[in-house]
Amino acid sequence: MRMKNPKDQDTKRAFTRRSLILGAGQLGLFGALGARLYYLQVVEADRYRTLSEENQFNLELLPPTRGLILDRNGIQVASNEDNFRVDLVPEQTGDVRATIDALRQVVQVDDWDVKRVLKEISRKRSFVPVTVVENLTREDISRVAVNAPYLPGIRIEEGRSRVYPFGSMAVNVTGYVAAVSDTELTGDPVLELPDFRIGKSGIEKLYDQEMRGSAGRRQVEVNALGRIIRKLPGDEGQPGKNIQLTLDMNLQVFAHERLERGRSERVPVADIRVQEALARSGVPKRYLENDDGTVFLDEGGNIVQGESGAAIVMDVHTGEVLTIASTPGFDPNNFNKGLSARDWENLLSNPRHPLTNKAIAGTYPPGSTFKMIVALAALEAGVISPETEVFCNGYTDLGNARFHCWKRWGHGKMDVVDALEQSCDVYFYEAAKRVGIDRISEMARRFGLGESLDIELPGERSGLIPTREWKLALRGERWQKGETLITGIGQGFVLVTPLQLAVMTARLVNGGYAVKPSLIRREESDTPIPKLNVSRSNLAHVLEGMRRVVNGTHGSARSAKIPDAGFQLGGKTGTAQVRRITKAERLTGVIKNEDLPWRERDHGLFVGYAPADAPRYTVAVVLEHGGGSKYAVPIARDILARVMESSGFKASEAEPVEILPQRKPETDQG
Amino acid sequence: MDMPSNSLNPPELTLGIKLQQINWGLILLLTLIASVGFAMLYSAANGSWTPWAMRQAIRFGVGLVITLGIALIDLRFLMRWSYGFYFLSLGLLGVVEIAGEIGMGAQRWIDLGVFRLQPSELMKLALVLALARYFHRQTYEEVGRIRSLFVPLVLVFAPAVLVLRQPDLGTAGMIILGGGAMFFLAGVRIWKFVTILVLGLSAIPIGWQFLHNYQKNRILTFLNPENDPLGAGYHILQSKIALGSGGLFGKGFLQGSQSHLNFLPEKQTDFIFTMLAEELGLAGAMFLILLYVLALAYGFAIALRCSSQFGRLLALGTTTTLFLYVFINIAMVMGLIPVVGVPLPLISYGGTAMLTAMIGFGLVINCYVHRDIAIGRQGFEDDD
Repeated sequence: MRMKNPKDQDTKRAFTRRSLILGAGQLGLFGALGARLYYLQVVEADRYRTLSEENQFNLELLPPTRGLILDRNGIQVASNEDNFRVDLVPEQTGDVRATIDALRQVVQVDDWDVKRVLKEISRKRSFVPVTVVENLTREDISRVAVNAPYLPGIRIEEGRSRVYPFGSMAVNVTGYVAAVSDTELTGDPVLELPDFRIGKSGIEKLYDQEMRGSAGRRQVEVNALGRIIRKLPGDEGQPGKNIQLTLDMNLQVFAHERLERGRSERVPVADIRVQEALARSGVPKRYLENDDGTVFLDEGGNIVQGESGAAIVMDVHTGEVLTIASTPGFDPNNFNKGLSARDWENLLSNPRHPLTNKAIAGTYPPGSTFKMIVALAALEAGVISPETEVFCNGYTDLGNARFHCWKRWGHGKMDVVDALEQSCDVYFYEAAKRVGIDRISEMARRFGLGESLDIELPGERSGLIPTREWKLALRGERWQKGETLITGIGQGFVLVTPLQLAVMTARLVNGGYAVKPSLIRREESDTPIPKLNVSRSNLAHVLEGMRRVVNGTHGSARSAKIPDAGFQLGGKTGTAQVRRITKAERLTGVIKNEDLPWRERDHGLFVGYAPADAPRYTVAVVLEHGGGSKYAVPIARDILARVMESSGFKASEAEPVEILPQRKPETDQG
Repeated sequence: MDMPSNSLNPPELTLGIKLQQINWGLILLLTLIASVGFAMLYSAANGSWTPWAMRQAIRFGVGLVITLGIALIDLRFLMRWSYGFYFLSLGLLGVVEIAGEIGMGAQRWIDLGVFRLQPSELMKLALVLALARYFHRQTYEEVGRIRSLFVPLVLVFAPAVLVLRQPDLGTAGMIILGGGAMFFLAGVRIWKFVTILVLGLSAIPIGWQFLHNYQKNRILTFLNPENDPLGAGYHILQSKIALGSGGLFGKGFLQGSQSHLNFLPEKQTDFIFTMLAEELGLAGAMFLILLYVLALAYGFAIALRCSSQFGRLLALGTTTTLFLYVFINIAMVMGLIPVVGVPLPLISYGGTAMLTAMIGFGLVINCYVHRDIAIGRQGFEDDD
């Protein structure tokens, strides 16, 4: 053995001492690990076990099937169909751009969609799937599936999407659904599902809760990427309720097309006349073409836009609305897919307001269609009698103001029935002057004008029936007598919706019952419809006037007469002026509507009913800037004829209603 | 040049004697620990030998040969080449560092076939060798002088700075802690450690500014992982859930839901301990920790049995380095310290950590085999 070096002993002693300290320290640190393990695995074990199970099991919401919208015969107006879509999980994709480019070789993806996808990916967490394209055909899907190896992170998903088979034809009733916006979130988790849709307008909005149903729930075992490993059974949820409308879709389609066509002709684009017209106009085809590949040609062979307006058909006894058309419409299916900002801008800025349901939210001066109300108010007040005659020489003077009849040289002697038949303005200036604004307003309100009718659609407007109080309150001015005269022919402040016109007509022809419009098919209600408390004989005179509008020799809507139909129509024309005619213009001759820009043309109105001897259906047609009532009349006639035809009407079955008075045979005179 | 005499410099031990002297108990212990690793890798692959468990077993076999080979090298040879190893490692570290800055996507490792060697891993052991050699020459009084600390401080901080630039906070920390342990064992006075500690703590606000954003995030997330449960705190939180839900006896081998449903990140490498604790519970985790404590206790016992300061320092320095691996990894997956990416030696899948551990234990066994060989201050010559 060799000698121990004393200096070496110092370092060895120090080393031994310190190695023991180090060892104790290391043992202590291991002890700390053990204590921590004990804390996590014994003390806190339950908490972490719960968290682990939450990790493992996700509560999955099963979106409920949205209720259908059906017409009165069970035809689907809004339905659901399988929707194949392609989702992309950014986390699994690697190069997103390259994958999208590869996908575009297989299915069509718009540039706009690509932009949207890239934006969504940058906003969302990388494991959240982003929808790339929707509404793919089975063929598309199988192409994607075959190419799956070259499309990492691309997933094919199947969902349900809302479909409106009638597109723009019924959009004013159905409304549309679209993705839930942040402000619509209520905390209901179903709203947060990626492809959940919510009603944004129309029936879809009003009955959203009923049609939505309740979401099913089930537990799914997932891994960290959210991939589903196993599904456990759970609550199936409740599908939404179906909503049945009073609409008859066959009539609705007919009315919509007839209204939109107006006085023009619907011609396929391929037609030689269209090709010539296109060449003449120099406007690209896509601006003029309708969705169905046709265009409208006027008598001159020029391409014109479809009419803008509304048409309503109502059962006069029940108030059930069979048809409620508003043109132009828009395709609600586009909203479901997601509308581009540009398309939305175009809808908003279109001067013909496709987004407005003109039947309930368009307000127009009623023009001469208001004359029944004025006549009835005057008759009820006793200021005129059925025998009262007024001589029309073409105008009435009140102070310094002169009020013109539409017929420059006058109608001559008129009683109330004649005045309705020929729509003599002077007679109604006189009647209005005698009865006064207060009683006109009161009568108008009784017939449903100037107030909301509570039809089952959002956005209904109440129009305006002016009163003295209203003018004082709103304008701080007193009512002028001249304004009463103007009101007497349905001009001035009066504003009504097409729906109100239909209801007014129904109440006139159903014997004076305050029927209310409805769009939803219900069980027959036992509650009797309240009476309006107007004299039956006064009503009968008004109706006789309306019958002669179509059937009389001087009737303003003689063109609406349908020979040999087995039934007669009744109705009333209306032309609402939207511009002032100056004195100078009157002297040189009033400019014809056809020569005016669209915005300055008169509105054309017609309210009608059939059959004239036992009224069952009423129609109201409003053509926005349609150039006067003469263009509204044939539309109303065709729609009523179609209604009668589809209801299987036979003249012999009609029972006369007791209110119709016995009248002496018609005489042909002005 | 005097030839060293036999009495001061014993002749080479014969291979037979060396093999007898090898600590077969420690080898058995290492095999046991590594086998736990194979089992966990088998489970991590959902009950399959591929892709991890089989390769890991092959590596361990190769590693054992390396361990034995290193154990049989003459300790004096190691001492003579200590600085050589150190500068070789530093050079390699510098090369990959420079290459990493110039070349695109440069490798930070050198491929040895079965293993990939990161110079920074090699450095941890080379530093222990170099410091052991340096302090071997110092008397207790000399170690007490401040100027004698200059060289070892440079030896520690040169690689630490290089590694920090990579940036690899975990390895840099291990180099400094391992170096610090060597200083402590060599007898550097306690008050100097206290001073450094105080200075170090007061320098934290300054050092904070030099950290990369992701490093700051790691530290902030470590301090409050629940703040960002789906972002940076996700790993720690999921790891704690896995650990905690394991309970006393675990969910059963192959039954860890957190691990098998991939909530646990890196379950075959850095977070393998979590998986073990989830499947085998507190009992299994404590058993593994006990195996490590035993293996490290061998290191302590061997160090205390060494007659040379070089052997003592080498054995315990290496043991401490291996301790740091184990402790940092386990503390990290439990959320006790920030996630710094240190593997669990012998268990985590990967060649680098395995190689470091096997070389390290080779050095420790080498110290045992050569425990009775005294070495003079100047190496082969005793200058006193």
